[in-house]
Amino acid sequence: MNTRLLSIVRKEFIQIIRDPRTLVMIVVIPIMQLFLLGYSATNDVRNVPLAVLDRSQSVESRALLNSYRAADYFHIAYAVESEAEIEDLILAGKARAAVIIPPDYAQRLAEGDAQIAFILDGSDPTSASTALAASQLIGQAHASKILLQKFELSGMNLRVQPPVEVRTTVWFNPDLISAHFMIPGVIGMILYAIAAILTATSVVRERERGTIEQLIVTPIRPWELIVGKLTPYVVLGFFNTIEVLAVGHWWFGVPIRGNLGLIILLSGVFLVTGLGIGLLASTIANTQQEAMLTVWMTLLPSIFLSGFFFPLEAMPKVLQWLSYLMPLRYYLVIIRSLLLKGVGLDKIQFDVIAMTLFAIGIMTLAALRFRKRLD
Amino acid sequence: MNFNPTMNNLLVSASNLKKHFGDTRAVDDVSLQIKAGEIYGLVGADGAGKTTTMRLLVGALKADAGEAVICGYDINKQTEQARAQFGYLSQRFSLYEDLTVLENIRFFAEARGLKSNEWLPRSLEILEFVGLEKFKDRRTGQLSGGMKQKLGLASALVTKPRVLLLDEPTTGVDPVTRQDFWQLVIKLVSQSKKLTAKNAKSAKPALTEVEVEQQNLSERSALRGSKISEIEEGVAVLISTPYMDEASRCHRVGLMKSGKIIAEDTPSNLRARLNNRVLELRGSPLNVLRHVANKDQDVEDVQAFGDRLHIRVGERKADDVLSRLKSAIRSEGGRVDELRAVSPVLEDVFIALSESNHE
Repeated sequence: MNTRLLSIVRKEFIQIIRDPRTLVMIVVIPIMQLFLLGYSATNDVRNVPLAVLDRSQSVESRALLNSYRAADYFHIAYAVESEAEIEDLILAGKARAAVIIPPDYAQRLAEGDAQIAFILDGSDPTSASTALAASQLIGQAHASKILLQKFELSGMNLRVQPPVEVRTTVWFNPDLISAHFMIPGVIGMILYAIAAILTATSVVRERERGTIEQLIVTPIRPWELIVGKLTPYVVLGFFNTIEVLAVGHWWFGVPIRGNLGLIILLSGVFLVTGLGIGLLASTIANTQQEAMLTVWMTLLPSIFLSGFFFPLEAMPKVLQWLSYLMPLRYYLVIIRSLLLKGVGLDKIQFDVIAMTLFAIGIMTLAALRFRKRLD
Repeated sequence: MNFNPTMNNLLVSASNLKKHFGDTRAVDDVSLQIKAGEIYGLVGADGAGKTTTMRLLVGALKADAGEAVICGYDINKQTEQARAQFGYLSQRFSLYEDLTVLENIRFFAEARGLKSNEWLPRSLEILEFVGLEKFKDRRTGQLSGGMKQKLGLASALVTKPRVLLLDEPTTGVDPVTRQDFWQLVIKLVSQSKKLTAKNAKSAKPALTEVEVEQQNLSERSALRGSKISEIEEGVAVLISTPYMDEASRCHRVGLMKSGKIIAEDTPSNLRARLNNRVLELRGSPLNVLRHVANKDQDVEDVQAFGDRLHIRVGERKADDVLSRLKSAIRSEGGRVDELRAVSPVLEDVFIALSESNHE
């Protein structure tokens, strides 16, 4: 075995173990990110606080409110007495939606043309549109229930059925849990960010502390220096992948339907991209802060243009084209397909090839720019 | 050691090195040669180009022009082979403060090619040599400045290099440690040199007073039973320093100014250039003494050395100045305690040479 190479690997590991900041970054930050994004970055609409102004105070109005209560989209947070109160609650952000039931609700229901008012805070369009759909669904379901009861009461023994019914089957993520979509993305983000930041700072730190000068004049070959510097972070990157995958699987219930070996292998290819970005940043930056900033500047567009939060299909064409320049885009397709859909390599060929080319390209560029010199 | 045999005993050879930073010519046509068993001192003020010269020699910076050859390997073409031949101590402390003393030595030993079964005995031996064996498990960041420099020297020496490049190793180090440090360097060279003399009957340069001191030292250290005796061939040392007293301990000195080596010779030959041209004056008040001395037509320069003045006079003018200066001072109200010709020190020479090189 190459003594020179091993000597760098050993030295890097000792330094990592003795640096509390790096350790926190490696062990704690991925889990923190996972929990933050797993729970917070969710499009699920649940428990929308609802204010209710029930002017009818009848059996019928209470039945309607029970329908709202039964669905876990809403929870009735306030029972109010005036429309002014509703306005206050929505302005204060305490209620996100309100239901107003008019005083003649029971009477008009008997006549067959009852109306209720549903008021929605539309300042967050994503959750508002879901809440709106939910509210309409609840209203329709309630209406058909009443209709059915009416027929039964009138003694007509008809089988009432809507003429067309859409039967929906949701594949891969039947409960439409956002976490199942987010967590594979978090793996990608962590691999990229941690690998790039740790690599960049570990090189730049040598420059900052002046240790680079002594390192440069050793007979260590440039490739040995690069490989030796990166090896510990490859190991840590795999550790992070498995860590996030395990917590995602056992805590958030994210399925692992694809081949685990393939998942790890392709994550390794993506890791090379992160390491390459880090090495590249280290050839530009002079201080650790500059290195971090450089990595962050590549990370932000990566996240927004990779389909991490927002679907690429909804973006303007220019941004869609730009997204092809983001290696994270390919990894996200790969990891989501492998985890949620359990596809084989044949279904993700394009993304695997594109991601591999980016990994090779970025690493080559970084290695060419990396100089074993001070100037 | 894969030592290139065609190079006889010229271990460092630089020719016409040039390096500029923007408009500044940091190193301007520097050439120097160092033989086995020789301590070469690169002397000059801050910013004279000493550090840049060192960095060009080790390939940490790329020269604009010129070439540097170490043990027969061109630093730009056979970079890593050349680097396996020398130990380098940079001006700024550049070992890992979060590693222990032994871990640092091990890293540099293995990085420079010592095998896993060689590094430990060799590291312990070198730590004993510099007197750090008791601190081998201490974190380097917790060492004193002097101990750090000794550790730096130990790391540079651990692979028994033929060439040692030390960039201002004693700057900012207390006088006692400075003394220790120099004794280590001298011990190293003199021990290896005796072997050189035995192996190859090369022409031996005449003994300087420094070398006499070195021989005494090596005999003393031999009595102490040091083990650094297996170095097969002579070591060449290049040391840069701003201190003139250190320069006088070198076999040869190159004076650097504005990126150029303006003079290069043995310390005694350099001093001889000003023989009979330096007067020492004691008296009071100093400002009057200085004023009067400066007025004399044959006085070239006046420098204060503590409570004395060193007066440099033109060639063969010492007697003239001696004869008239006392009375001139008295007529201006000054008092002369002593005025005599003294043997010049390197600092006098350096100042004289710096002035004569004004462009």
